[in-house]
Parts: sequence; C-alpha cells; structure tokens
Amino acid sequence: MYDEIQEIKAQYPRTRSAVLPALRIAQQRYGWLTPDALREVADALDETPAFCQSVASFYDMFHLAPVGRRLVEVCTNISCALVGAQQVLEAFEQELGIRAGETTDDGQVTLRALECAGGCGWGTVVAVDHRYREPVRPEDVPAIVQEVRDGG
Amino acid sequence: MAASEIVLAGAADRDLTQIDAYREVGGYATLDRARGMGPQAVLDELLTADIKGRGGAGFPMGRKASFIPKPGQNPNPTYLTVNADESEPGTFKDREIMLRVPHRLIEGCLITAHAIGSRNVFIYIRGEYLREFEIIRAALEQAHGAGLMGDVTIVLHRGAGAYICGEETALLESLEGERGQPRTKPPFPAIAGLYASPTLINNVETIATVPAIVEHGGAWYADQGTEGSRGTRVFSLSGNVRRGGNYELELGTTLRDLIYHHGGGLPGSRRIKAIIPGGSSVPVLTADDIDTPLTFEAMADKGTFLGSGAVIVIDDRCCMVQLGLRVAQFYMHESCGKCTPCREGTRWMVQILRKIEDGRAEQAELDLLLDVCDRILGKCLCPLGDAAAMPIASYVDKFRAEFQAHIDAGGCPYKGESSLERVFAPVDQHTHHPTVEVPA
Repeated sequence: MYDEIQEIKAQYPRTRSAVLPALRIAQQRYGWLTPDALREVADALDETPAFCQSVASFYDMFHLAPVGRRLVEVCTNISCALVGAQQVLEAFEQELGIRAGETTDDGQVTLRALECAGGCGWGTVVAVDHRYREPVRPEDVPAIVQEVRDGG
Repeated sequence: MAASEIVLAGAADRDLTQIDAYREVGGYATLDRARGMGPQAVLDELLTADIKGRGGAGFPMGRKASFIPKPGQNPNPTYLTVNADESEPGTFKDREIMLRVPHRLIEGCLITAHAIGSRNVFIYIRGEYLREFEIIRAALEQAHGAGLMGDVTIVLHRGAGAYICGEETALLESLEGERGQPRTKPPFPAIAGLYASPTLINNVETIATVPAIVEHGGAWYADQGTEGSRGTRVFSLSGNVRRGGNYELELGTTLRDLIYHHGGGLPGSRRIKAIIPGGSSVPVLTADDIDTPLTFEAMADKGTFLGSGAVIVIDDRCCMVQLGLRVAQFYMHESCGKCTPCREGTRWMVQILRKIEDGRAEQAELDLLLDVCDRILGKCLCPLGDAAAMPIASYVDKFRAEFQAHIDAGGCPYKGESSLERVFAPVDQHTHHPTVEVPA
C-alpha cells in the first residue's frame, strides 16, 4: 500500500492531494478506515492520522465504522422519490431484515439511503458496490438481494 | 449548418468511447487545428461563441478564460480543472457525456489547455461515478497511446461523496487534499486557484462543447439558441414524466416541448403541479409556466434559473411540504458547516418543515420558516445556503395555501396519499426519527 500511495503522490504537485486516493486504497484493503488504516495512510503521506481522519470524516463514501462486505445504496432524492424510491428502500429493508443505515447480522450487507446518485431520469437508482442499477422497482428487489447474497 | 446535437453528436449510432470511432466522426482533427492556431485565436472563438458555463452559474466561459494571466504575467503554472462532480439533484447530463463521448471531453480539455497555456489538467470526477471514471480512464489511455497529449498531463481525480465539492473553490480545496469547504472570494481562481496558481474551472458540458466551437467557429455556435443563451444544452429530464433522460436541445426550446414532445408527457392522467427548471436549488415554476423557453433570460424573468439544466416534473399527487422537507434535508446533509447561516439555517428549515408536515406547527412558524430563509439568503460564503433557501421560500410563495392547510387541519391534507409519502433521507438513517425539535 505504501508503494502504491507513493506512485499516486507523484501525480500531484503537492503530497496532500493524494489523500483521497490514498484513503480509498486503504478502505478497499481493510473494508473500512480502521485506526491502523488511517495510520498507514498518514505514514505514506507524511501526515498525521488525525489529519487523515478529519478529511475522511468529511466525505460520505469513507467508512469510519465497520460496514458489510457488500454495500447497497438506494437514491431517495426527489427525482427518485417522486417515482417511488421509498417503496424500493422499504422493499430492501424487508428483504434484508434491517433498516436503512444498518448491516445484516452476518456482516454481509449494509443498506443505506443515498443522496442524488445522478440517474434521475431512470429512477429509482440503486447502487450495489457503486455499480448502478436503474431503474429499480420494488418487485426487482428480491432478485437483487439474492444476487448480492450469492456474491454476484 | 445548424445541428440539434453538438455535445452528444454522433453518439446515437456509434460507440464513441472508442477512439477510432470518435476519429471517424472528425474527432481530434480540431485539436490539431487548434494547436496550429495561436492560443489567443482559440480564445477569440470562445469569446465569439458567447457560451455560458453549463455547470449552473452560467458565467461566460470565454470571459472566464480571458481572466487567466498570459504567459509571463504570473510565475506560477496555469491549471485547467474540469468540474465533473455532478451532484445537483435532478442532474445527470455530465454523466451521460462522460459515458458516451469521453473523447470529446478530453479533446475539449486539450484545446482549452492550449488556449490558456496550461500543461496540467485535473478532472475532478464525482466519487460515486465509478463506471464513468473507468470509461474516462480508458479513453485517456487511448488518447495517450495515440500520442495526442502533447506536453499536457490530465489527472483524473475522484471525489468521495460531498455535494459541496461541486462548488468551485470547495473543489479546489478537496483537490488539494483538504476537507471540501469553500474559500472566500476574491481572490478568484483565475488568479489564485489550485495551489494558489491561476486556474480555469469549467463544467464537463462546457469543455465538451469546445471542440465544436473551434471546429465550426464561434460565430456558427453563437448563431444557435437565443441572443442571451447561445447554443444547445443537454437537459436532464426526470420526475413524473414518461420518458426521463437526457435531451440535447437548442436553447430556447420550451418546457412544453421538452416535457411533452421529448419526454412523452406525464404518465396516466396526471397533471403538472410544479416544475423545477434547473436542479433542486432553483425556485419552482407552476403548470402556468409550461410555455417558458429554456433560456437563461426567460427563466430570470420568471424569477428562477436555468441552473444545471435539470428539469424535474412534479405531478398533482405531490405534497409540497414533503417536497420542501426532502429538499431541505438534502441541503442540511450537504452543508459543509463553515458558515453559520447555512449550517444552522438548513437545520431550522428541516425542523420547521417537519412540524408543519406533522401538523404540529403553529401559525407563526410559517413566517418563521420564511424568516429563516431570508436570514440565509445572500449571507453565506458560497451558493449552498442560497440553494437551500431559494426553493423552500418559493414553495411557500407559490403554494402557500397548501402549507396553510397543514397548519389549519393539524396534518397533511394528502392523508398518506402523496407521491412523496414516507420519503426518507440519508440524514434520517442515523436516527430513524425526525431530528431534534425546534426549541419552544
């Protein structure tokens, strides 16, 4: 990871610019930004862990607490909401047996609502590990959950 | 030659993500020509084209580029930064451009870099846009392989989920590795932007238009659209409409044409209740405004903005208080926290709107809501505060009777039948119940 971050650093006139890509690499490796992960990023960038955490905490895509192995996100901003995003979210809640913002007991899947994903004309947008499915209707949800649980 | 499609031209019947296909439609030929022209000659074409920025603010691109110091006027390098952090609710046009015509964006970057004497380009792409990132990255590799980059480096920089980073100075902060909080202006980025150096920041669509402007000439471009709104725009159509999607149309096309002709109208026998013409941050229009042309000037006459070109159609099943609540929740979630009026005001807006929706609001709180909006408007460093206050104030202004009905009846007159019923926001997922009450 250290070497990978050094390579990214070289793309920028200033080291600090590499903090977002470096945090992303660390999150991919550890699943979430553990204290150790933040320390590793800090070492690679010659910053403090506190600085890295202060940046990470600003951005929604960084996890500062454990999350499931798979991330299911449902856009609930207005364009999707107007065409029924809340029913899609509730279908996921029912199918997974958790509320939005929670992780299944087996640690496999985290479900959360997402602000406008940028697929407004094809709502409701669902992102599975950041891969968009659009449009998703409540009746599509069981198959998506099955696929996610099967590792697809 | 008039063309309805400029930015997306050719993408309907070819896979323009491949460099060979892009070259078959004349791609990268303009780059060679532009490099043969002096930078000032390219800038002159952009000035003649009179293209206004496509990100939302609508500042003339040629003028902004002209503010960049000429070689020798500033000791620092000049940067070109492309704003691909598309996040304004309702907007998904830049995504379509990156997915379908990535090489046009890259060619636009290279031509613009030549015009302003920059060798360093950064494309700041929204973190959630994974597929778009992969497509641009692949296109960049193809452009490298074809030896098109000259002495220019293009760095593709991914965001990590923060609406505010679409604001240009917040974007620069984020690109420098900081929390994405906006800077005070002046100095403007043209003088002291990225790494305190001269920086031109443009939206994806603006940059992707540059090749056509240089190819056909600024005068050709300026001939399309209207006097105040030249050229075309990729409009994002969404909400209660049959065929949502992106439509590149000449500016001056009416809302009616976009919604009914291109979008196929509303499903079922629904009627238009409200239209958001430029992304969720702009004041709302009503069904009476259906014949308004999609231009900067016509929208200004109606007291609103063309913004990001995102048209959201709202039918008669929608409770406007719920809509306001959801919009306010978004801005509360995305407020960076730097300015007090925005940080605190958005929270107040959410709390009051929640009380109104639940039927717990007193009469005075409707005026309090407007008062809060007024205390945000024009009082923040960046436009996010305004983006929260303007739409909410407009919902109350245009649908006051509906807000009043909530107070009079002690609850939502839609009685569970609104299209936004049980609408849920990411801010709710931490608590699963409404945020703290307004202090008595």
